[in-house]
Amino acid sequence: MLRLDCLRSVYPELENGLVVTIMGAVAAELHSLGHRPNFFYLQHAMGLASSTGLGLALCLPEQTVIVFDGDGSLLMNLGSLTTMARYRPKKLVHVVFDNESLLSVGGFPTATSTGTDLEGIARSSGIPRVITVRSVESFKAAVSDAMQGSELTTIIAKVEAKGPAGYVTDLALLENRFQFRRHIQSLKGR
Amino acid sequence: MPVSVTNSKLIYDALKECDIRLVSALPETWLVHLIRSAEEDPEMILVRLAKEEEAVGISAGAHFAGVKSAMLMQNHGFLASINGIVSFAHLYKIPLLMLISYRGSFGERDPWQTQGGNVTEPVLRALRIPYFFLDALDTVKKRIRQAQTLAESSLQPVALLLTRDLMWEEQ
Repeated sequence: MLRLDCLRSVYPELENGLVVTIMGAVAAELHSLGHRPNFFYLQHAMGLASSTGLGLALCLPEQTVIVFDGDGSLLMNLGSLTTMARYRPKKLVHVVFDNESLLSVGGFPTATSTGTDLEGIARSSGIPRVITVRSVESFKAAVSDAMQGSELTTIIAKVEAKGPAGYVTDLALLENRFQFRRHIQSLKGR
Repeated sequence: MPVSVTNSKLIYDALKECDIRLVSALPETWLVHLIRSAEEDPEMILVRLAKEEEAVGISAGAHFAGVKSAMLMQNHGFLASINGIVSFAHLYKIPLLMLISYRGSFGERDPWQTQGGNVTEPVLRALRIPYFFLDALDTVKKRIRQAQTLAESSLQPVALLLTRDLMWEEQ
């Protein structure tokens, strides 16, 4: 299963939420499908995409918030699972692309390649719904269910360690950040 | 416990007057009354953290949502948050109001706090984070307001160091 195919399968639905991604391949691939003002790419600060999603979800409980995390990033901030589970915002969807690799820095294997079980960690942290998916069809179904459901969900998507040729996009970091905030403020007027 | 209840309340009320609606915290002795105030306040979103760096992401999310937030942490928690501050708050120009208990400074009895006390201000300066002290009753309200104003106008982290003089009542 390729991450790009997973992202493509849910891309139309992402219009209905606020999306936060980690850096590297995830950001570049989502951007390659077509940037939208409700997408924020956290191009550094590894581990904090899930915390950002939690902050958004706690402040905007009516909004669906989707975080595209990765195994390397989540392993840097496992405590975030416990904080998310503690407050369990109903409309927060936490997707973890697990390619068992720190792909963008040369493909070094992470601990999930030697047996660390992110589904088990998420479940034991108290995340109410946790699911592992291995096909694009089941990925699409899991994300759709979580977006329409009313329970904090972590989806572990086992993907191949393959990414795009480059990671730099033509969207400046600050442009993305200001556009994202302005988009959220515009939603309040509706 | 000789942590000042009165002065903690004063700090909390000043945060409320600045329209702070989300507080993230990792407990430490000097912060107990502040955290309790947040917990008992139905208007406040309190996020108890596993590690302080999470607070940078949470405050960024709150900022995107249009909600003003504050971070309560010990200086060692500030030291544990540095990559988040640099690689998120500085890189993306995110306002942070950081209230940092200044442990390990003059009067500190706990040996384990003392190294953090030595480096807190040099690290703040190295990161070019504007900081000031909360050390006297009559300036608490004004300084919190000023720090919050600067964080919002400059879109960057601003720190207030909570000092022993304000937080601790010697027995």
